[in-house]
Amino acid sequence: MGLLSNLGEKLNHIFSKLTKKGKLTELEIKEAMREVRVALLEADVNFLVAKDFIVKVTEKAVGEEILKSLTPGQQVIKIVRDELVELMGGGASKLEVSSNPPTVILMCGLQGAGKTTMCGKLASLLKSQGKKPLLVACDIYRPAAIDQLKIVGKTANVEVYSESIKNAVKIAENGIAHAKKLGLDTVIIDTAGRLHIDETLMGELIEIKKATHPTEILLTIDAMLGQDAVNVGKEFNEKLDITGVILTKLDGDTRGGAALSVKAVTGKPIKFCGIGEKIGDIEPFYPDRMASRILGMGDVLTLIEKAQANFDAEQVKKMEESFRKNAFTFDDFLIQFEQINKMGNIKDLIAMIPGAAGKINANDIDESRLVKFKAIIQSMTPRERANPDLIKASQKKRIAAGSGTTIQDVNQLMKQFEQTKTMMKNMNSGKSPMSLFGKRKF
Amino acid sequence: MGFFARLFSGNSKTKMSFAEKLKYIFTGSEITEDFYDELEFALISSDIGSKTTTLILDELRDQIKDKKIKQTDKAKELLKDIMKDILKKAEGDDLDFPLVLMVVGVNGVGKTTAIGKLANYFRTKGKNVIIAAGDTFRAAASDQLEVWAERAKVRIVKSSEGSDPGAVVFDAISSAKAKNADCLIIDTAGRLHNKTNLMEELKKISRIVEREMPNAEFHKAIVVDATTGQNAISQVEQFNEAVGLTDLVITKLDGTAKGGFLLSLANEFNIPVRFVGVGETIDDLLPFNADEFVDSII
Repeated sequence: MGLLSNLGEKLNHIFSKLTKKGKLTELEIKEAMREVRVALLEADVNFLVAKDFIVKVTEKAVGEEILKSLTPGQQVIKIVRDELVELMGGGASKLEVSSNPPTVILMCGLQGAGKTTMCGKLASLLKSQGKKPLLVACDIYRPAAIDQLKIVGKTANVEVYSESIKNAVKIAENGIAHAKKLGLDTVIIDTAGRLHIDETLMGELIEIKKATHPTEILLTIDAMLGQDAVNVGKEFNEKLDITGVILTKLDGDTRGGAALSVKAVTGKPIKFCGIGEKIGDIEPFYPDRMASRILGMGDVLTLIEKAQANFDAEQVKKMEESFRKNAFTFDDFLIQFEQINKMGNIKDLIAMIPGAAGKINANDIDESRLVKFKAIIQSMTPRERANPDLIKASQKKRIAAGSGTTIQDVNQLMKQFEQTKTMMKNMNSGKSPMSLFGKRKF
Repeated sequence: MGFFARLFSGNSKTKMSFAEKLKYIFTGSEITEDFYDELEFALISSDIGSKTTTLILDELRDQIKDKKIKQTDKAKELLKDIMKDILKKAEGDDLDFPLVLMVVGVNGVGKTTAIGKLANYFRTKGKNVIIAAGDTFRAAASDQLEVWAERAKVRIVKSSEGSDPGAVVFDAISSAKAKNADCLIIDTAGRLHNKTNLMEELKKISRIVEREMPNAEFHKAIVVDATTGQNAISQVEQFNEAVGLTDLVITKLDGTAKGGFLLSLANEFNIPVRFVGVGETIDDLLPFNADEFVDSII
C-alpha cells in the first residue's frame, strides 16, 4: 500500500512542468505543501501540528535557491525533511544518571503501549552497559501483569521486585529500599497502563513520582497512535513533567506521525524505539529515519540495518569465498534464499527502498517462488548441488517429482542460477556482491 | 520549540473539549469557508483520515448546495446523516451458534481483555462458553486470560508458554465438543500485520478449526485500538487478506480518541463492527450502534 502515493513522486509530478531552475516561487510551494500536508495527515501527524509545520516550512522555502544537484521537487522534500529532523531531534538517546543512586526510571503510558516489554528491554540494555538494574512491579491492576514482568525479568536476567499488596506507591518505595540494600544502581518502575484522563490513576502516578524522585520519567507511546497522541502527550507531561518518550512497535508498517505530535506538545526528547518482540529489540531514536518514514519515503537505513542484523556473517563469508573462486553452487544459492527469507517479507523490504516506488511493483514479486526454489534445491543430491552440470533431463524429472514441482520450474531455477552465477563472475573483478549491504559487519 | 509552544498554550483550541469545539462550529451563523475548515479539523482530529474526510465534506457541500442551506446549525444533522449512512453498512446481523470466534489483532490492542468481556456477554445470554488460550507467546498471557475466564465464569483451555497454539486450539475444540459448548473463543498472540510468518500461524489455526468443526459458524474478529491512527486500515487490510475477517471489535473508546478510522473502514471493507470496548470492567463491552457512534463524534 502507498507505494505509488509516495510523496516524492507526487512532488516531482507537480514540479515536472518546471524545467527552468532557479528560485522556488510561492505558488509552487503552496501547491507542494498541499501534498506535504496530506502526507503528514496520512502519517497521523496531528492536524494542528501539521498546519503549523507547513506555515513554518513555507516561510523557509519561498525564495530558496534550488541546489544544482536537485530538482525543485527534491529541493522541497529536502527542506521539509530537514525541518522534520530538526524538530524531532535534540537530546541523544541517553538515560540520565542520578548522583545519588539508585537512579530511578519511572515508566508510564496508556494501556497496551508496551511498557512491560520495554521495561525488560531497558533492563537488559542497562545490564549490557554494566549497570545493575532492578525491575519493580507496580502494575497492581492488570491481571497477570506482575507475572509478565517476572518472566520478562527472567529473560533479561534481572531481578524483579514485587509484593502482593494493593498499594503501588508503597511497592515503589520498598523496591527502591530493596535496591539500596542489594547495592543495585538503577531501578525501573513498571506501572499500570492508564488513560490520561483518569484522575485517580494519574494521581497515583503523581504520588509514585513524589515518593521515588525519579531521574527519568519515560512516557511509552505506541507508534501507531493517531491524532489523540497530542492529548496523551500533553496530559502526561503536564501532570508528571516527563523527561523523555519511548516509541514502541516501530517494526510495524505505521508511518509514525505520533512521534512528531508528541515531540511537538511535550518538547521532550524521544530516547528509544522498540523494534520487535525480543529482549534485544531496542534501538536509539534516529530523527532522520523517522522523518523519511513520516513522509512515506522509505527507510533505506533501516533496510540496511535489517540486512546486516539478519545476515549470518559466517555463511556470508563462506558464500563470498565461493564467489571469489567462481565456484558458486546450489548450496550457496540456497543460503542466499535463506538469508533473504530471514529479512522478512519481501514486499515490506521493497516498501523501504525509496527508489523502488513505481519501479518495482510489489505485487509482481511472488514469494511462493522462493519457497518452490528452495524445495527444488532440497530435492537435489549433494553431488548435484555442487556440480550443477550433472543435472540432465532425467535428473530434472526426478527432482521435479521429489519437490512436487514441474520440469518447467526446475528449468526456471536452473536459468536463474546461471544468471546469478554470471552476475557473480562479472562482479568478481570489482566490488563484493554483498557490498550493497555495507561491509561493516562482515 | 517556539512555534509549538505557542500552538499548545494559552487559549489554543486544543484546550477546548471536543463538544465545545463543535458548539463553536455549529453556532447557526452563516456557512463560510471557515466553517468547512473547522469541520475538516474536527473530522481529521477524530482520526477519520484525510481521504474519507474529503469525501464526507464534498458530499456535505453538495447537499448544502442542493438543499439551499445557509446556516451552520442546519448543516449539523446533514453531516451526521452522511456519516451514519457510511456506518450503517458496519452494523452486523445477529450471530449464529454454535460459534467459533477467533480473535486477532496487533500487540496491545486489548484482545485478552475483550475476550474476557465477550465470554461474559455470551454466558449472560445463556451460552455455554469455552475460551482457548492461544496466545502462547506473550509472557503470562494465559495467566491473564485465566483471571478473565474466572471473572466471566467460563471454562478455559490453556497450555504452557511457548507451546504450539495449534495444539491448544485442538485441545479446546475437543473440550468444546465433549462439553457440548455453544461458543468457543480463541485468543491469539498479538502480531504486527507485516510479519508474514506470524500471519501464517493464524492460517494454520483457521485450518484446524475448519477441519475439526466444519459445522460451526467460524468467525474471525479483529480487535482494533480506538487510539490507533490511519494504521488501523492497514491492520484490517492485512489481517483480512490472511484469514478473511468477519467482525471488528473496537477497544478503548473510553479515552479521548474517537476511533474515526471506522468510517474509512466501513467505506473500504464490508466487515461489520460487532462490539465496542468502553472501560476496564467486565460489562464495559457494548454492541456497536452507528447512531451513537456518530453522536460521540459530532
